[in-house]
Amino acid sequence: MKTIRISNGQGFWGDSLEAPVEQVRRGPIDYLTLDYLAEITMSIMQKQRARDPRSGYARDFVSLIERILPDLVERNIKVIANAGGVNPEACRDAVIDAARRAGFGGKIKIGIVGGDDILHRLDDFISRGVELKNLDTGEPLASVQSRVQSANVYFGGRPVAECLASGGQVVIAGRVTDTGLSLGPMIHEFEWATDDWDRLAAGTIAGHTVECGAQCTGGNCLIDWDTIPAMADIGYPVIEARPDGSFVITKHEGTGGRITVASIKEQLVYEMGDPREYITPDCVADFTTINLEHEGPDRVRFSGIKGRPATDMYKVSVSYSAGWKAVGSLVYAWPDAYDKARAADRILRERLDRLGLKFDHILTEFVGANACHGPLAGDPPADIAEVTFRIGVRDEDRAAVERFTREIAPLVLNGPPTVTGFAGGRPKVEEVVAYWPALIPKSEVAPEISVTEA
Amino acid sequence: MAKIKLVHLAHARSGDKGDTANVGLIAYKPEYYPVLVEQVTAERVKEHFRGIAFGPVERFEIPNLGALNFLLHNSLDGGGTLSLKTDAQGKTYSTALLRMEIEVDDRLAEEALRDR
Repeated sequence: MKTIRISNGQGFWGDSLEAPVEQVRRGPIDYLTLDYLAEITMSIMQKQRARDPRSGYARDFVSLIERILPDLVERNIKVIANAGGVNPEACRDAVIDAARRAGFGGKIKIGIVGGDDILHRLDDFISRGVELKNLDTGEPLASVQSRVQSANVYFGGRPVAECLASGGQVVIAGRVTDTGLSLGPMIHEFEWATDDWDRLAAGTIAGHTVECGAQCTGGNCLIDWDTIPAMADIGYPVIEARPDGSFVITKHEGTGGRITVASIKEQLVYEMGDPREYITPDCVADFTTINLEHEGPDRVRFSGIKGRPATDMYKVSVSYSAGWKAVGSLVYAWPDAYDKARAADRILRERLDRLGLKFDHILTEFVGANACHGPLAGDPPADIAEVTFRIGVRDEDRAAVERFTREIAPLVLNGPPTVTGFAGGRPKVEEVVAYWPALIPKSEVAPEISVTEA
Repeated sequence: MAKIKLVHLAHARSGDKGDTANVGLIAYKPEYYPVLVEQVTAERVKEHFRGIAFGPVERFEIPNLGALNFLLHNSLDGGGTLSLKTDAQGKTYSTALLRMEIEVDDRLAEEALRDR
């Protein structure tokens, strides 16, 4: 039976720069998939594009393609990445320039999957009664429309497959789902029909398993974490996919990390909602049908997966400006570290009150005592070596947040003793970009696919 | 009967969707799974996360993985970039759940404490 090797070399924008190169060079693969987008990323990219119409995509991707281009051409490895951000055309043009500079003009075709960016169409949608209600709160988008910074539809694996079928060897997408990046090549290679729900669900679950990169090969793995070998050389995942929908998750021979049934289970439940209702643009996958088997060292076989028909809606991710925030911290040392940190918090809050500063939200944490597990952690030991006092505020009024950032450093001289950790300077005021999840009828939008020779 | 912490019976991973955290709880052995189903109820988990999760707690069973999935609503200080928390994504709620104590029979407790 035909087997296709689909690898993931990037779990999020900011993941290892070396992992995708290693995926290409340390073993056999047919496809390299790379996830560059998170909800917040799209708004950053919209701002970049507003300043410079030739930006608004993941520049790291262009540098990566420059490094691996000879391997891609020589071994006919295909690359699928949602690196296009809000400007897949500009990303494609940059990749084409890089390919020509490196002497690969005429030797590689670059495809794009766009059409997901609906920012310029929001007025039209809302005027026609497409409300884009918030999935969590039920509010219509009109209530924050003036503050919207980006709006993108999540497409699935189908348009990726179409772009591959059109000859794209490097497929640059905008907002394609993480799972769609891996499902796309399976649809393309195995010619899975649009209503082949079980196989589409299998490919979706394969995509879910690898979408966070090394998080399924031993990274962030709780079970037996202290015996996982060669973590510095951790291998990223490879799907060995078959036409019947069964697949194996593995990694290149000789790389570090560990893949077992137990470690795979940890990734399967990551960011899980209702396990019977994993909704994607391509199908609804049922995680309660997965059969896992240990097939050999660092090899886990998946089979038996069932799916149900896709819904008639796409998910939409809208980002909008929601005020300002800043977080600062100071470190207090033994003895009485926790008491000193708590005193600093009381003093600082009293000073903010005296200044008449009120915030929509203020939060104190004591790192070393309760920042992770809150009240579940109980009181820290009386002789705890050090505690970090960490305080943040959020407000619509930028000036109030700015003023707050000036009140932390003075505590070094005018607050409780044995305090340090302020080398970084005043905390930075950051814009809060909030996320608005919504649905849109599939009939309202369509992917736009094109392929260009370098 | 003996009281033991979940950390001896299960491993876990957690993540986020907006202001909701999810915690997947996975039995170390198939025979531990029914114990988790019986004792680690949505109500108990809500009580356990008092002061952290302010909304409802939902539970889903995934018997083929020997796992339970919990959704802790309103637990991430607004979630995403709104949150001021160090752990705005609920990444450490996995082991926070493993602090929970449950009652098991002596033989099972002995086995679980010996293995993990």
